[in-house]
Amino acid sequence: MPILITNGRIFDPDTRQSELGSLLIDNGVVLARYQGELPADAGVRSASGTTVIDATNRIISPGLIDLHVHLREPGEEHKETIATGTRAAAAGGFTVVACMPNTRPAADSVAVIEHIKRAAEKAHYAEVLPIAAATIGRAGKELSPMRELVAAGAIGFSDDGVPVADPAVMRNVFEYVKMLGVPYFGHCEDMVLSKGWGMHEGAVSNRLGLPGYPSAAEEVGIARDIALCELTGSRLHVCHVSSAGGVALIRAAKARGVRVTAEASPHHLLLSDRWVLGWLDEAAKAENIPGLSLNPTLRAPYDTSTRVSPPLRSEADAEAVLIGLLDGTLDFVATDHAPHSKVDKEVEYRTAMAGLIGSETALSLMLMLVHRGRMTIEDVIVRMTDIPAAMIGRGTTALRVGGRADVTVIDPQLVWTVEASTILSKNHNTPLLGNMLKGKAVATIYRGHITYQA
Amino acid sequence: MSVPEVSRYAPWGPNSLRHRRHVLDLDDFTTDEIMAVLDNAVSMKEILGRSVPQVPILRGKTVVNIFYEESTRTRMSFELAARTLSASVSSMTAKGSSIEKGESLIDTIRTIQALGADIIVMRHHESGAPYLAAQHFKGSIINAGDGRHAHPSQALLDLFTIRERLGRLDGLNIVIVGDIIHSRVARSDIWGMLRCGANVTLCGPSTLIGDTALWQATFPNLRVSYTLDDLLPDTDVLMALRIQKERQQAGLLPSLREYSNDYGVTQERIDRMPAHAIVMHPGPMNEGVEIMPEAAISPRSVIEAQVTNGVAVRMALLYRLSGEPTATN
Repeated sequence: MPILITNGRIFDPDTRQSELGSLLIDNGVVLARYQGELPADAGVRSASGTTVIDATNRIISPGLIDLHVHLREPGEEHKETIATGTRAAAAGGFTVVACMPNTRPAADSVAVIEHIKRAAEKAHYAEVLPIAAATIGRAGKELSPMRELVAAGAIGFSDDGVPVADPAVMRNVFEYVKMLGVPYFGHCEDMVLSKGWGMHEGAVSNRLGLPGYPSAAEEVGIARDIALCELTGSRLHVCHVSSAGGVALIRAAKARGVRVTAEASPHHLLLSDRWVLGWLDEAAKAENIPGLSLNPTLRAPYDTSTRVSPPLRSEADAEAVLIGLLDGTLDFVATDHAPHSKVDKEVEYRTAMAGLIGSETALSLMLMLVHRGRMTIEDVIVRMTDIPAAMIGRGTTALRVGGRADVTVIDPQLVWTVEASTILSKNHNTPLLGNMLKGKAVATIYRGHITYQA
Repeated sequence: MSVPEVSRYAPWGPNSLRHRRHVLDLDDFTTDEIMAVLDNAVSMKEILGRSVPQVPILRGKTVVNIFYEESTRTRMSFELAARTLSASVSSMTAKGSSIEKGESLIDTIRTIQALGADIIVMRHHESGAPYLAAQHFKGSIINAGDGRHAHPSQALLDLFTIRERLGRLDGLNIVIVGDIIHSRVARSDIWGMLRCGANVTLCGPSTLIGDTALWQATFPNLRVSYTLDDLLPDTDVLMALRIQKERQQAGLLPSLREYSNDYGVTQERIDRMPAHAIVMHPGPMNEGVEIMPEAAISPRSVIEAQVTNGVAVRMALLYRLSGEPTATN
């Protein structure tokens, strides 16, 4: 069925230019592109069966890419499935997601990779790129069948959540990913330093009496993996950088030519450890002005939706992560969408599983940086399209006639409230519930099919 | 501002001088409310001195103590306080209960609610657990100690005992010495003491205090010292905290002997404090480590008075929860 997206600003991440125009989509590809205002009586509008999406005052962007999600399938379907997770991704404007291998069983076999690809194809909400486990069972001991996994479609390797503890094993992982020409997605953490952690180690953890996860635990992890990557001449992608020191280590490594890339997660850019105080935080600016500020006092103290790994850090760390994103030290944005069920979350703070959902709020949080004047909207979109695409060896995502019809229509001004009743992810573990955000994907098209429409 | 203000955002609304919904920490007690509790506790202490110490303030109410951690004095103190106020009291410990079978905290709270509890007194090994319980219980929660976070009734009985002995709190120099970083007593004491106008110094080795800047981010006027002896001549109240023997095994202390030499409360150190100065300890003590046996029973020690006063202060807290609610949750 043809889809006509009319009169939006078509943004090209390759040239960073946008121009008023319309797109005609059919058979999964961009069939035609019309420059300028499309007349109300244009014949193309009335072609039989055409769905018209009005994009007036909206941006027509290539489909967004999220290289860090947890889809929980196989094994933890009560948290999320490939269908629900990709449906949530579509609602957030994403057409491509890369899923982490911490499933049950872990994605350390061709069978699991094939299952993921099949389930994703069946759901057809987004392209799912599996990231495979670097070691068998994510145990950090024996290498997984890495060559087979790449042949089956794995785009890289990771032991996300539990880093490979043994540096000698890690060195071998780096050797293998170098040989196979794929990146290693590092969850960088010294798990001895962070043992028993409740939240970021800082003034808030000290006040709340929660054992801390010091920034140094992330820094030691990043420093080790950079050293091993340098030693082997391999490729390291640092996931979810949360600390000022971590940003500095990556900046220095890039300056001396180490092949390292990195991502920033929206929650590490816009939330801080103060959120764990909830309504105890008398010093918080509690007013929620859509697009400009969030209210962290809507939640109770110790609300487990704020527990995530790496943890929400200080406001100074969030600022350093933003500076890192602005100067290119951190290459792109990824959500670390991590659904957990009520059983995992409605427990004592430190007992709660770490992770928050992010697919449906990521773009809105990034647009908050635009509304605040800290980033341009072009920069946000490039860091959610072309840059992650390049990181996995793809060319530009720009919407060209004959090219794949993965499209996201963005309304930067739409004000909406994060509510459990409208979240499409299987779980609602986000501290943003009740807050109003400004800007949202209002339509998502994946390979010519509408996968989301507001 | 020496100490942050009381939060305006609690969903059950502001606490009045007459009534409050939950006792989770002292950070949401104003100075006036703390003083009101201490004044109530004076009356309660008088009741405890009567030949038949019982008043009908909580008649018909059910108080349930749930203790996820072992405790002697706190649990008995709450039981006695509730009985003196004529409440029906029952207690459960994690050991031998459905908690051992894996029941979640929320389910336990709902069960106790279904059994008709009005007030839950709760001790838990995880910081923040009472805040979770408070969101799922229609009655009142009293935090009887959560992880490293808070122990508000202990802090109030400490304040009561200091005021009883020294006549005031405002302007006193109080030194808390020991394992501050792991101490819920210290955290609640700091809130209460600073709100009441005392000067508070934390003392101990760096590994047991942590980063001074992290403390001062919340409490700008809080002082930190690594040397006890320098402080003694200007100290009105010296409070020693328990040093768990595991702290040495965890590498936080070179040896208990060295700790004891540097920070142990000895008669000799007591003698270097002003004549009116008092020694406190929340218990249980490790005699010979953080406090010497003779120091614990010296005339300057108020450790036994702390235990006795605990009952009166807990009666005052229970009384405060028994009024008519001013807000709904």
